[in-house]
Formats: sequence, structure tokens, C-alpha cells
Amino acid sequence: MLLIIIFLSIIITSVLAVIFVNTKTKGIITVLTVIALSIISSIPAINSLLGNNFEILLSGTLQLGLLPIKIDELSAWFILTINFTITTGAIYGVNYMKQYIEQKNNLTLHCIAYILVHSTLISICSVQNGMFFILLWEIMALSAFLLVIFENYKPETLKAGINYLIQSHISIIFLIIGFIYVSINTNNFSFESFAVFTSQQPVIAGVVLFMCFFIGFGIKAGFVPFHTWLPYAHPAAPAHISGVMSGVIIKIGIYGILRMLLLIKTDYLTIGFIILVISLISGIYGVMLAIVQHNLKRLLAYHSIENIGIIGIGIGLGCIGLGSENKILTILGFSGALLHTLNHSLFKSLLFFAAGNVYQIVHNPNIEKLGGLINKMPKTSLLFLLAAIAICGLPPLNGFISEFLIYSGIYYWLGDASLVSLFTIAFSILGLVLIGGLAILCFTKAFGIVFLGSSRNSEKKIITEVSFWQLLPMYLIAIFMILIGVFPAFFIKLVQKPVQLFSNINISNSANLSIITDSGLINSLQSISFYSIIFILLILLILGLRKLANKNKIISSEPTWGCGYKTENPKLQYTASSFVRTFSKLAKPVLEIEKKEIEFSEVFPNKLEYETHPYDKVEKIFIDKFLSSIKKISEWFTFLQNGKLQRYILYGIIFITSVIIIPYFIEKISKFFDFFMNL
Amino acid sequence: MLSLILILLASLFFSGIIIRTKSILSGRRGAGIFQPLKDVIRLFKKGTVYSQTTSVIFRIAPVIYFSSIVIALLTIPFGSHRGIISFNGDFIFFAYLLALGKFFNIISAIDTGSSFEGMGASREALYSMLAEPAFFLLIGSFALFTGHTSFYEIFNFLHLGSYITYLLGVMAAFVLVMIAMIENSRMPIDDPKTHLELTMVHEVMILDNSGFDLGLILSAGYLKFAMFGAIISNFFIVDINFGYSIPSYFAIQIIFAIVIGIIESFIARFRMSHNSQFIFALTSVSILIFFGVLLVLEKF
Repeated sequence: MLLIIIFLSIIITSVLAVIFVNTKTKGIITVLTVIALSIISSIPAINSLLGNNFEILLSGTLQLGLLPIKIDELSAWFILTINFTITTGAIYGVNYMKQYIEQKNNLTLHCIAYILVHSTLISICSVQNGMFFILLWEIMALSAFLLVIFENYKPETLKAGINYLIQSHISIIFLIIGFIYVSINTNNFSFESFAVFTSQQPVIAGVVLFMCFFIGFGIKAGFVPFHTWLPYAHPAAPAHISGVMSGVIIKIGIYGILRMLLLIKTDYLTIGFIILVISLISGIYGVMLAIVQHNLKRLLAYHSIENIGIIGIGIGLGCIGLGSENKILTILGFSGALLHTLNHSLFKSLLFFAAGNVYQIVHNPNIEKLGGLINKMPKTSLLFLLAAIAICGLPPLNGFISEFLIYSGIYYWLGDASLVSLFTIAFSILGLVLIGGLAILCFTKAFGIVFLGSSRNSEKKIITEVSFWQLLPMYLIAIFMILIGVFPAFFIKLVQKPVQLFSNINISNSANLSIITDSGLINSLQSISFYSIIFILLILLILGLRKLANKNKIISSEPTWGCGYKTENPKLQYTASSFVRTFSKLAKPVLEIEKKEIEFSEVFPNKLEYETHPYDKVEKIFIDKFLSSIKKISEWFTFLQNGKLQRYILYGIIFITSVIIIPYFIEKISKFFDFFMNL
Repeated sequence: MLSLILILLASLFFSGIIIRTKSILSGRRGAGIFQPLKDVIRLFKKGTVYSQTTSVIFRIAPVIYFSSIVIALLTIPFGSHRGIISFNGDFIFFAYLLALGKFFNIISAIDTGSSFEGMGASREALYSMLAEPAFFLLIGSFALFTGHTSFYEIFNFLHLGSYITYLLGVMAAFVLVMIAMIENSRMPIDDPKTHLELTMVHEVMILDNSGFDLGLILSAGYLKFAMFGAIISNFFIVDINFGYSIPSYFAIQIIFAIVIGIIESFIARFRMSHNSQFIFALTSVSILIFFGVLLVLEKF
């Protein structure tokens, strides 16, 4: 109880304080508040992972019922993830936002929204009442909207923000439908009534209910085809907001899906297959579109969709394991999903922060105009490289560990599979491997073109590394990533606490740890960590050997080999588009790329032009066509909107009178009919 | 340990045999089979020229590439002897280590800022991405077949019994040979002896490497060849004792090298635009193997 009072009072005092202090202090107060909130919420979360769940029953309100607050292991896992990313995001943000220091009011709003997002995210993970959940969800969505539209004087930012606002409300509609459906039937908004209610219902009702929630949460998480807001909102937001959004705000959708899995008792096998297929599509589609993007932050945004797909594959595998009572598959699937949630929030926020550093210095998000930054911003470049290796799932970093778990899950599933699942396995393997390979293509492009080679920009700007304080949160994230990558066994044991909740659904009294130890997973992970260290040592050894071998030799520096052509010309470098040209030709049926080309037309060469604009085919089909048909229908009613005030007042009068009269008449008519019936 | 020593031994003469085969087939006398080894030793003794455009990435990439292959080597078993690294899912570690090496190779090529090397990098990234599904599905099929998920156990429980399993073994060998060709950038995907930068894949990526670094890259390539040879030989030598298995291992390695020499002498390189289709077709062979396994296990 004390914790909750402190939590709320910190939020209120700091929101008030942010309004009245000067601009520099605003940022410091925000960081302090975020750190304080993190500490307060981490105490019960860590306790919960140690085995003591935090539970309190608040009186709530008359209409919405009691408000149970409970931090179980699943909430704890997400709360800790949220706290880490939001805190690093805040420290980064304070330094990043220095360039906007004149916009005083805008910054006040931004700071308040940031605090609100953090506190609502924590609360969403802990409340156990549907209506409060929706309320907090709405506050979270609105404050995230405010965060995204920080640069609201730019029309495209505002457009992206409104796109996000609308789509997050579509998501809320689905959630409200789901919660209201349950509460009508149980007269209760609390989460506990879910389990009771769904276990009494036929299986199909449970599946439909779950799908309703899945769509609602899926829009937030960014599963294809509900992802279209994501590639607009991320580039529009300031860097730390993109990092936080991609790192934790979309993960709250994953939390919702996992929570509903715990609550809704239904046919897990069907759900598992549905989630698996949607996730595979999300993963492959996300990375395919990421490859052809020109805007660095947009590229990263599409990668979030890909990674949400990988998390979804884990969840799908876990559900299938639950449905087919395959313990190891359940454990591996959910462990992979939860660990990848943490991992993705780490490396994706690091990537966005590094992209933010680039944007802050160069003021150009277009990959084609960048290049050679590694010599001027070495620290940012190496941090980006580290995160890129991790996101590709390469050893010895953390991305590999969670992908390894999911792979292991798929290969364990081979053991007791029917024909249908065998085909699913084959396609899951293909899908996951393709995602990995395409991610490598994408990040060699992103890192190589942006940071390596020489600059493609003819403008001469002074490019320097950002300040230490801005790099500090990035170092923290990088250290955490390396820790997970090199010592995975500890984190796997830790993640078993939340996973236990899932495996207990139908495998009672199973001790996950002994199961995975018996299956050899811990052994595998220990080997991976041991040989990752050996690998790093070997690299150092060979570097040392080379130094020794080169001791008395001539090490000279010459221009790059250009077939005898010696003049340096950055324009001759391979560009991002040309790097992925073969791919985009191969993937033409899936992609939607607008091309503008001016070719040779006369004998003497004229000025040539070549422009490509990648567009999202899913968006074209699901959003644009839908919108245009709505527009057509609403065009029939344009005669109503004619700009005359008198008419509008008339509409109001007609509305009010009909509200009063229609029920009256209905009553009369029904009486009339009753009269006839009685005759 | 044994497999590591054997792979190291095989790597000493593997490329030499390929070159020798090619020279014999084209009617030249050619160099001895240890010439590639001598080349590498000479390179290790030379100084280095770095391009002015390059950064630290270009300097560490060859080292990481070489180390990734050395660590990947350790996962390969020899017959009934475990590799040094052996755990459930070690082939995932193996494949991802190779991918890490490739990642660094690609970015180091971009680091030079040369249009040729960017071209090679782009091709390498795409081709290796397309080759990976075939490998994973192949191992997946055998994991299904044997019920185990580490290299050592898969090979040890892979009893080639009926005719259809021999067919599977042959198809698997075909896929692995092709993957080895793609991984090493040889014919018919890439022609290492071409003289035009525009038509190269791997060779163009290392245009700017010299001295010790080039030596590392070349020796990594030799190791890679011997490694794939060892994987292929594992399909056939599991159940026999040392007296036979070690000579047959070398026999398989030599035959593999000669086959590569013959392929390179008689097949022209594919058109670049056809490469990706060809590589993806390998995946369909893997799917065939998967179906074959399903047939053998009577899942249909």
C-alpha cells in the first residue's frame, strides 16, 4: 500500500514540478522521476521473481468494481524490461533534446507525457481489472501520441501521429469489445472472472474471444497486417521516443497477448497455429520491407515488425506445446519469446539511439546521403555495429540466445509431430532462417552504407562525436547485451519464473528448471557461453599474432583499388539501393516500389534521374482501399455538409426532437399493436 | 580433437588438389599441391597496404572471419568421435558463426568505399542468405530422422539402412557440395579465376586485403573447404573402425576436391541473375530430402 501511495505521489509532484521549473531542470526532474518510479516498481517486481508475488486489493470505484493489483512473475519480467529501457531512454533523451531547448512549452508537455507513459506502462502490467486496464491503456496511448508529435510543426510528423492515434483507438475498440463481452456475462470486470467464464464456454467462443484480444493487442505490437502505423510513427518521433516505443511500448501488446493466454482457457493448439502463421508472415514481410527502405529510422521500424514476428513465433510454439502437452516445447517457446522481448528492447533502443546520434549531427535520415561516419563518430558506429550483430541473431550476443531457444523449440517439436505439424515445422524453419539471412543483408546495408566508406554528402559539415552523457545509456545497454550473450544460462534460469506460469496451465507441479536441465538446454547454453568466450579470446590472440608478425614490416596506406583509376570519388561507391537491387528484383511480387526514371533520350547525355519510393503493399490493400471505399460511401452524404449555420442548427433540432419523439411513438405504436392483439 | 586434426590436415592439400586437377584437365603441368600453402606462408611474411578510406572494421574483419571458422570447425565430429564442441543444437551455433564471419567480410568490403567491392558484398550477402535455408532444412530432416539435434548424434544414429536412405545420403551430399561451393564462392556460382572485377563475388570483396590479412582470409577458405568435406565424409564413415575410417576420410576429401576441380573445369559460371534462382533451388532439394525422411518414417 505504501508503495502505491509513494508511486502516485511521485507522479503527481513531478508532473506539477515539471510545469513550473525552467527548461534545463525539466529534463533533470524527468530523469529523476523515471529513476524513482523504476526503483519503486522494481522492488515488488524483483520480489516477485524471487517468489513473493505482490498483491493488494484496492477498493476501486462503485461502477468498475474492486481494483486488484498484482505483480506476478510475468508482470515482473515486463516491468523490469520497461524500467531499464525507459530509464536509459530518459538519460539519452535529456541530452538529445538539448537541440530543442527553445521550445519551452513543447518540452513541458513532452516531459509530462514521458512520465505518464512510464507510469501507465507499469500500471498496465499490474492491474487485474479490465476497465482500469482500458483506462490506463488509453492514457498510455494518448501520452505516447504526445511524445510522437513533439515536432508538431512538421506536417508529416503530425500526420504520422494522427495515423498512430487512430490506429491505437481501433486497437482499443477491440479490447473494449473483448472486456465488455466478458463482463456482461459475468457482471465483473476483474481478470479472475475470465478464467472461470471461458472454461464454461464452448471452445470456439474462447478462440474468438482470444482473437478479438489478439487483434487489439496485435495492432499495438505491430503484427502484419496491423502494423501500418509503426513505420510512420517511429521515424517521426524523436530518437529516444522511437527507441522507447520500439523497445517497450509495442511490447505492451505482447504483454497483453501473454496475459490473455494465461486468462482465457481455450484450444491452445488452434491459437498456437494461428499465431505462428501470422508471426512468420510478420517476420518475413517486416524484414523484406526493411531492406528496401531509404530512411534509417524507417528501416529500424520495419525491423521491429520482424522482431515482433520472432517473438510471436516463440509464443506460437509455446501455445502449440501447451495444446499438445509437450513440456519442452512449451518452455522453449515461451522462454524464447520472453527473452527475445527483453533482447529486442535492448538492441532496438540502442539502434534507435545510435540513429538518433547520426540524425542529430548530420540532420539527414536518408541512408543514401550518409557514409564514412565511423571515422568521425567511432563510438556511435561501434555501438550501432554491436546492436546490428545482436539483431541479426549472431553469436556471441544476446539476439543469438533467444533465437537459439526458438530454433531449439522447433527442432524439439520434430520429435512428436503429426504430418500437419511437420509441414508447419518445415516452413517455420525456412521462415526463421530466411528472416535471419535477410536481417544480415539488411544490417550489412544499414551499417555499411551509413558508417563505412566515404561520405556521400557533398555538403561540408563538421561532424563530431556526441557527448559522453548521451553515450552513457548506450554503453549500459551494450554491457547488458553482452552479459546476456556471454552468460545466457543465468538469464534462462531467471526467465523460467514467468514461463512457469504458462507451463503450469496444464502441466501441474512441473519444475521447469529440472525439465530444461534434463533436456540438455542448460548444458547447450553453457557450452555456447564457454565457446563464445573462447571465440573472443581467439580473436584477441590472432590480433596479437598479427601485431607480432607485422612488427618489422612496412604498413602503408594507399587509395582503394579502382582498376587503376586513382582519383577518389565517393560517388562511385555502391549505394544502399544498388546494394539491395538484386534482392528487390527477386522480391518484386511482394514489394511495392514506385520508380521515377529519366534515361538517355538523345545522342548527347542529358541529366539522368532515378528515384525509388518503397511503399507498403499491405497498407495499400488493407488501409488505402478500405479508406477509399469509406470515402466513396461518405461522399453520398456530402450534401448535408453545406456550410450554412442555420442548417446545422436545424440538424440539431431534428436530432433532439427525434430523440424525444421516437421512443414516445414506439411506445404508442406498441400499445396500439397490443390493443389489436388483445382483440 | 581427432576431427580437428584431420580437418587441419585435409585443409593443407585440399585447394592444391583442386588446382592440380584443373591444371591437368586443361593440359598444363601446374604447381604442386602444396602451392596454396606456400602462398599463404609467403603472405604471412609480407607487409600490408591498407586503403586510406578504410577504418578499424577493415582491420579486424579478417581476424573475426578466420576465428569464426576455426570455432565452427570445432563442432564437426569425426565418426564416433565427438567434435570438441558438441551440444544439442550445435549446428545452429555452427551456421550462425559462419554467418558472423560473413557479416564482417561483407562490411569490410563496403568499408573500402570501392564500387567493385560493394558489388561483391551485395552478391555475397544475397547468395549466402539464400543458401542458408537449404542447410537448416537438411539438418532438420536428419534431426527428424534420427531424433537428435547435435552434429555428433545425428551422424552417429544415421544408419544408412534401406536403399532410400542411401538416396537421401547422396542427395544430402549433393546439397552439401553445392553449399560448400556457395560458401567458398566457387563455380558455378562464382569464378575465382576470372579476370574482371565485375564478374567476381568473393574475390572482389578481398581486392584491397593484403599481407597477413589476405593470408588469414585464404587459409580460412581452405579450412572451410576441408570442413565441408569432413561433414560430407561423416555421412558415410560412422560405423567403421579407425583402420578404415581415416583412409576413407582422406579418400572422400580427395574425391571431393577432384570433383570440385572437374566441376570448375567443365562448367561455366552461371549468369549472375540466374545464381539466386539456382541457389534457392537447393532448398527444394532439401525439401525433397525432408519428404524422403517422411517416407522412410512412414509419416504419410
